[in-house]
Amino acid sequence: MSLPDLLHGLLFDFTLRTVALGAAVLGALAGALGCFAVLRQQSLLGDAISHAALPGIVLAFVLTGSRATPVLVLGAGIAGWIGTLAVMAIVRGGRLPEDTALGIVLSVFFGFGMVLLTWVQGRPDARQAGLDTFLFGQAATVLPGDVALVAGVGSVAGLITILFWKEFKLLTFDPDYATALGLPLRRVDFLLTGLLVVAIVLGLQMVGVVLMSALVVAPAAAARQWTDSLRTMVLLAAVIGAGAGVTGAAISATARGVPTGPTIVLVASAVVAFSLLAAPRRGLVAEMLRSARVRRRIRADAMLMDLYALSRQHVEPGHPHPVATLQAMSGRERGVSASLRSLEARGWAVHTEGDRAEHAAGRLPGASSDRHWAITEAGRIRARQLLETGVGPRPGPGEPAEPGSPEVPA
Amino acid sequence: MTAMDLEVQIMAVVVAVACALPGCFLVLRRMALLSDAISHSILLGIVLAFFWVRDLASPVLILAAAVTGVVTVALVEALHATRRVKEDAAIALVFPALFSVAVLLIARHAGDVHLDVDAVLLGELAFAPLRRFSWNGVDLGPKTLWVMGAILLLNAAFLGLFYKELKLSTFDRGLSAALGFSPAVVQYAFMSTVSVTAVGAFDAVGSILVVALMIAPPAAARLLTHRLPLLLLLSAVFAAASALLGFQVALWLDASIAGCMAVATGVLFTGALLLAPDRGVLARLVVRRRQRVEFAGLMLSIHLLNHEGTPRAPEENRLGHLPEHLRWSDDFALRVARHAEREGLLTRSGDGRLDLTPLGREAARHLMVR
Repeated sequence: MSLPDLLHGLLFDFTLRTVALGAAVLGALAGALGCFAVLRQQSLLGDAISHAALPGIVLAFVLTGSRATPVLVLGAGIAGWIGTLAVMAIVRGGRLPEDTALGIVLSVFFGFGMVLLTWVQGRPDARQAGLDTFLFGQAATVLPGDVALVAGVGSVAGLITILFWKEFKLLTFDPDYATALGLPLRRVDFLLTGLLVVAIVLGLQMVGVVLMSALVVAPAAAARQWTDSLRTMVLLAAVIGAGAGVTGAAISATARGVPTGPTIVLVASAVVAFSLLAAPRRGLVAEMLRSARVRRRIRADAMLMDLYALSRQHVEPGHPHPVATLQAMSGRERGVSASLRSLEARGWAVHTEGDRAEHAAGRLPGASSDRHWAITEAGRIRARQLLETGVGPRPGPGEPAEPGSPEVPA
Repeated sequence: MTAMDLEVQIMAVVVAVACALPGCFLVLRRMALLSDAISHSILLGIVLAFFWVRDLASPVLILAAAVTGVVTVALVEALHATRRVKEDAAIALVFPALFSVAVLLIARHAGDVHLDVDAVLLGELAFAPLRRFSWNGVDLGPKTLWVMGAILLLNAAFLGLFYKELKLSTFDRGLSAALGFSPAVVQYAFMSTVSVTAVGAFDAVGSILVVALMIAPPAAARLLTHRLPLLLLLSAVFAAASALLGFQVALWLDASIAGCMAVATGVLFTGALLLAPDRGVLARLVVRRRQRVEFAGLMLSIHLLNHEGTPRAPEENRLGHLPEHLRWSDDFALRVARHAEREGLLTRSGDGRLDLTPLGREAARHLMVR
């Protein structure tokens, strides 16, 4: 399918449009709420909630006999909510860390769901009757009514987030301060976690149990790299989540046998990888460039100090010294010329072309190493500044470090 | 009980104990959810190895899966080491991505792969006796039993041989590094055994319930003991008990054995959470209740001391007055007064008057000086 076809399909193909819209709304909701989970180091709570929802779905089906999405979502929500409370209760016991609590709830609830499911079906084989749908999601079965449900519940969740913005923010960043202010912290925590439960159970039909947690964590982790502001992060995560949803739905529509859920997750993961590498301040590439720049500067400063030390030992401060001397002093074979050139560019060093006669006679090898370098007056001032402020390398032993010590006149 | 039932029960116990042993250290090292990550991402190893050898029975699949598990841990740690995401987020980013790749690969090649994804995720112990291991035409029992038996021995041997290294790096990473036991080497060796265990167990109980078997019995044992050897022993006992209990329930309900085993681990854990002697929920309730009465008894003696010898004393120092003055319920006031009397802080007269004993006076003064 070509790109224009795809765009046409996104707008006019009924199934694709519904799926893409659903994925977009879900991605935005999960992405925005995921920010709080990621910042509070509860990334895996989503995983536990989505697994814990299984018994609720089965029970809702058994009790009502209905397969309608709102009924199942309600059951999933209640079970997910109970699972979250169970995690909190285990952690409050004080003996077990949170990850253990999450692991227990996740697997035991899921096991209970499987027992219910196989028991309902009357045979020890859970593979029929829609467990597949639940495990991996089936975006193609999403109906406009489901999208409306996600959108409706999602807007309520969004509204609550806006209303309780400062409470959520305090809970996330400084719960002790929030307690000191008299905020009902437990209730705010319940509310925020409740919203997360809602977002997750709404997504189960679309991407399934295993992958839902990625949809909560990935957009938030990606958004975090680009900003230090919570507001920007939440908005950005919503946009990334929605974008990953639409893109994933579109890609899976272009080829046969490409399920939507995993595609959405991979798109979101790719965005995370790109953000980790390319974000302007926190990005790994930016950090590599930054540290290379700092390394270069420190080397140049060290070189300046070497030149300064040489100039102080010589009767004539402006006397040029061969590159080989500077190589020996700095202990570096390579990169000495680069450091010297950067010093020259800032006017702190000058070079002469060395002894042409000896070079021409072949007694000095190499063409590039025949340059001799000398420190300038500006370079000496800069070197003394570095010594005084302590910015830059310390002078070696035997060299006067105190400012104002007797200087050889320039 | 048929021979098959017996075989299934033996397998269930072996699988459960094999999972619980490394699980103890997962819980102690706060890496419980790495088992979740590993048990999911091994699917990718299985799929890739299958594309290579084109044989679902090949041991290469198991090996590739185990390697993928270790790679998962390495990826999580690498991502965490960038200091751009926290460890929990790193786990939640890595394993869904690897799992997604596996699901996509299977879906793309659905025609020529008979690899059942939900079989990997869910597993089914009831079918395990059908896969036999035979040599020279002699039936030697179910394959799963051999595989898991070997893994159980491997885990026991690993724990036995590297017990002090594991213990040290779990409880004092810094000291273990200083003494020259590289914590990183111990870590990866340990994660390899976890990975192999998860791979061996998934086809019996499925990858999600492996997490239950690995985490819940050690967590229950952790609530009951502070000592590592006892922890290992209790975990193994709990694991075996959950396996047998789960099997019986599954038989009775005609439901998934693995699911019932997971629920059984959950039931045992809940029991431990409620009944643990020192920090259990019930124990803490009892302690809190007793402390409340004890504290109230001392409050009462202060109250009595305040009014002792004043004109209002006959009115104030009466049992019937306490609900009004101290805002206690009648029941609670009576309980407190009885408790204080038993402790020798006061005496009660028939008409409800309360008088401090010398001991009670002393206690009240002592408290007020502080």
